[in-house]
Amino acid sequence: MNSVIKGASYVLAHTPQMVVYNGTTQTTERIVNPESEYLKELESHLRSYEDCVNYWPNQVYIGNATPDELAEVEFPYYDKVKDGAERYGKYGEIMPEEEFILLVQACDQFEVVMLDKEFVSAHKDALAADPIITEDIVARVHEGVELANIETAVNDEHAEGLYIAGKLVGCVKRAHDIDVNLSAHVMHENLMSKASSVLALLYGVRNAGIAKDDVEYVIDCAEEACGDMNQRGGGNFAKAAAEIAALNHATGSDSRGFCAGPSHALIEAAALVKSGAYKCVAVTAGGCTAKLGMNGKDHVKKGLPILEDCLAGFCVIIAENDGENPEINLDILGRHTVGTGSAPQNVIGSLVADPLERAGMKITDIDKFSPEMQNPDITKPAGAGDVPLANYKMIGAMAVKKGEIDRAGLASFAKTYGLTGWAPTQGHIPSGVPYIGFAREDILAGKIKNAMIVGKGSLFLGRMTNLFDGVSFVIQANTKAEAEAAAGVSEEEVKGLIAKAMKDFAASLIAE
Amino acid sequence: MDLENQKRVKEFAEEYGAENLVVVLGAAEGEAAGLAAETVTLGDPTFAGPLTGVQLGLAVYHVCEPEIKEEFDEAVYDEQVSMMEMVLDVDDIVSEMEAIREQV
Repeated sequence: MNSVIKGASYVLAHTPQMVVYNGTTQTTERIVNPESEYLKELESHLRSYEDCVNYWPNQVYIGNATPDELAEVEFPYYDKVKDGAERYGKYGEIMPEEEFILLVQACDQFEVVMLDKEFVSAHKDALAADPIITEDIVARVHEGVELANIETAVNDEHAEGLYIAGKLVGCVKRAHDIDVNLSAHVMHENLMSKASSVLALLYGVRNAGIAKDDVEYVIDCAEEACGDMNQRGGGNFAKAAAEIAALNHATGSDSRGFCAGPSHALIEAAALVKSGAYKCVAVTAGGCTAKLGMNGKDHVKKGLPILEDCLAGFCVIIAENDGENPEINLDILGRHTVGTGSAPQNVIGSLVADPLERAGMKITDIDKFSPEMQNPDITKPAGAGDVPLANYKMIGAMAVKKGEIDRAGLASFAKTYGLTGWAPTQGHIPSGVPYIGFAREDILAGKIKNAMIVGKGSLFLGRMTNLFDGVSFVIQANTKAEAEAAAGVSEEEVKGLIAKAMKDFAASLIAE
Repeated sequence: MDLENQKRVKEFAEEYGAENLVVVLGAAEGEAAGLAAETVTLGDPTFAGPLTGVQLGLAVYHVCEPEIKEEFDEAVYDEQVSMMEMVLDVDDIVSEMEAIREQV
């Protein structure tokens, strides 16, 4: 029996200072062109926490508005305010940078994070007031140290500074004197990923309505790697985050596949549960500091705020079939193989058309497609266009080529079968998965009967292969009742056959 | 354009000579195609990569431009490019590309 999607969470941490100090567009610019106009102007384009909360796409991400409602908002979104915007949403929250830094320190097991005493005392109560943050997490927050100690670590020991409004409030120290894999930069990146994953896990468990002890396995599908010089990507973010989230009955592992990682991980999780290996698996990912402000140069040049100012995380809880929640149908899996090729039509064919054809379905039998759901407010000013729309056009063009719709239908394909993008451009975060929370609800409400999640990844960025990658799967309404009814008939039949065989055998004995 | 790709283009130009290279782009947007074309002709407009201030002046076309399309085997083009040709704003891409080429 197929496994089900028990619940999903989506979280953001507003981290404008990490845009400045840790986003690679900015750190590269500081090396290549330290006196650039961009660096001078950057800080005046950073958004306040309130602006970040009021931003329509962020409210959709945490579940306070739907993609359909976003589609009705006049583009662009950055100069609009979502009425009734809130920090907390049904899927998660938008955490302010101060509290997130405290959560990061709570996630640090090796005392590499040092925070200023005054900063800790000023914000600890705020973190404790967050309903999702448990007492044991708050108890992990240390008292803090004198600012002078932090200044020494940053100035003399290569520590990465943590800032609020340009003021040093803490740092992440290196975890080894010479191992670059444990440098302050890498520790910073990994701890931010871990902390945002912890937040996603906490909401994931809450939203699924399960107990923490129900989770037996965690798969982390972010794009970072943790390890040391002898095992650079040894892992294991999954178990590390599960520990802080108090998933005491879980173990886990990391699964990687660039932006396709989440889709790979969800298929793996669905298969693990369907096979009976584990009853409940959490797929989780934290955010990526490197991508903060990735398109910042274009945003500043065009007078926009820096829109890539949030670390994002998500979690999907996959569990045994409960007869109610939507299922992941493992009979309809798309996969871009080594031999598929990289031309867009081969890619769309392998991920969308081919798996449906194998299942005897047409492209138009799917109610909604969720490919890369990047927020076009971010990508369009950077010259990358509307990514979801481009995907829908390609899927529609494939349907035209297969004769499923006529060419005139191409114009309305995106509106009928697509969604307006709302996800932050954090690589793996926008890749298919942002719709899973809404898809689950829309299927439960009978608004749609199914949805296809498509994850794609640019493997060539790792310089190990020139190949592209992707996998896809279909979420559908629960079929347990039908499956049991079908199974029930066949069981009766089997019993009947056995009874008849026994009777025949007995008769043959009597005859002898 | 990706910094590593800029480096590779620069190395190819040094190895084979700029006059022996044609850069074929597949960008989905006119603006992105124009930026890449500018990078390999007039230099990196973002001042970030190895082609900053390097005017290679390479011949550069988008795969959907007629000059390139007519070089293809029709069946191969249909299999590899026709779907994207259906969804791209080819006119916009062509005008961006021509605008860059005129500056070279």
